[in-house]
Amino acid sequence: MRRVVITGAGTLNPLGADVRSTFSAMQQGQCAIGPLTCRDVERLHIKIGAEIRGFAPEQHFARNALSLLDRFTQIALVSARQAMAQSGLVIDEALALRAGVILGTAGGGNTTVDDNYRAVYADGKDRVHPFVVPRLMHNAAASHVSMEFGLKGPGYTVSTACASANHAMGQAFHMVRGGGADVMLTGGSEAMLCFGGIKAWEGLRVMSRDTCRPFSRDRSGMVQGEGGAVFVFEDYEHARARGAEILAEVVGFGMSSDAGDIVMPDRDGPVRAMRAALADAALAPNRVDYVNAHGTGTAANDRTEAEALRIVMGAHADAVPVSSTKSMHGHMIGGTSAVELLGCLMALREGVIPPTANFNEPDPEIGLDVVPNSAREASVDVAMSNAFAFGGLNAVLVLRRAP
Amino acid sequence: MGLDVMQETDFIAARVTEIIAEQAMMEPSDITDDSRLADLGIDSLGLVECIFGIEEAFGISVPFNANTPEQPGFDISSVGAIIAEVEKLVARQAA
Repeated sequence: MRRVVITGAGTLNPLGADVRSTFSAMQQGQCAIGPLTCRDVERLHIKIGAEIRGFAPEQHFARNALSLLDRFTQIALVSARQAMAQSGLVIDEALALRAGVILGTAGGGNTTVDDNYRAVYADGKDRVHPFVVPRLMHNAAASHVSMEFGLKGPGYTVSTACASANHAMGQAFHMVRGGGADVMLTGGSEAMLCFGGIKAWEGLRVMSRDTCRPFSRDRSGMVQGEGGAVFVFEDYEHARARGAEILAEVVGFGMSSDAGDIVMPDRDGPVRAMRAALADAALAPNRVDYVNAHGTGTAANDRTEAEALRIVMGAHADAVPVSSTKSMHGHMIGGTSAVELLGCLMALREGVIPPTANFNEPDPEIGLDVVPNSAREASVDVAMSNAFAFGGLNAVLVLRRAP
Repeated sequence: MGLDVMQETDFIAARVTEIIAEQAMMEPSDITDDSRLADLGIDSLGLVECIFGIEEAFGISVPFNANTPEQPGFDISSVGAIIAEVEKLVARQAA
């Protein structure tokens, strides 16, 4: 089987408008959670979130193009441009047929849906803009990325709630490894910080009203964010032949389903996903130098994830640093694991492990080294990134330092 | 009365031209009644957006189906033809 490497990365998320600024914010332990600014925010009970600030779409897209682009597609396109630029890839006619895109999103064009339901239901309008459907469809981002770069191979969207991007990247990994493509753009994006998007999440009563404190004894729930990241996954020999800079190697992917509850996390499913990813990578659990946790900051997830890590890692669970960067960028739902993979990339490439911000006190029920509040220098050869979705669908990726 | 009709007609022509110009990303002054949408770089999606803009601007419903663009219900062969069609629809609605 072929080896798969990452040769480009791009992002637009609450911590930064590119990889460099995101790394810098993670290294400083910055928290991008703040007051929400969406329409009708006064009617929300949850008034905080991690918004992307200072993004001016008209600086990135022509006016007539923008009418086709929901915010989640804009985020994916901006990220994909950065990733492609870094990769140095030139998509010629032959490569176009061997290149594709798989992106994750949970809500797709949620803001478009919200705006237009408002128009017809609340405002009583009988007409909506003609591009509502091409904006809101979950595959809009993947399609626009394929169009912008002329990627004519496999293209589709994966939607598995909070694990969407990890499932997408896992599929892209399989695609390149198995020979179905030489180059895949992959990752995910989400933009549902609109009235309806937040109102729906409020209903579950799992949202924090102050901030996101994963693994802290006084944690109070999850905080939504918006954003995403896109990577270039490439066949190792293809990348080497063209002298590309290799950012990291993707070595393992594991999936599992809890087949249990639609919202309550389970220990067994995550255990099986982590074990499957490590087995795929042919790595013993004690070879993992950093875990980017799912770490939502809810009572249930963090306790269950810690138990699962203990079962998988054994004694190594007390030694391995485990952090949740959701404490800084919020839970970007279907795009979150793509931005979290950047945390792994930073650990592998720069030897800096991103912290768990907003951490107040250890929880005896968790007891992990959660890298509280301050980034840490460490030599990291292997990093694992967890994503455990609502609906009990789990996806775990393992990266190794560039060969 | 005659003057009012004249002013309304001018208004419709100017507004329709504006909507088409915005879609073509051109100045309204660069567009004439003889201009054809395809020559202005407006594709089928752009045409649908123009129709939407016209419906919104005049509060009318345009009988346009993208599956049968050649249908006689709404002549889109030139900017002038579209203006004439909109004038008819606005007049019918006022009647």
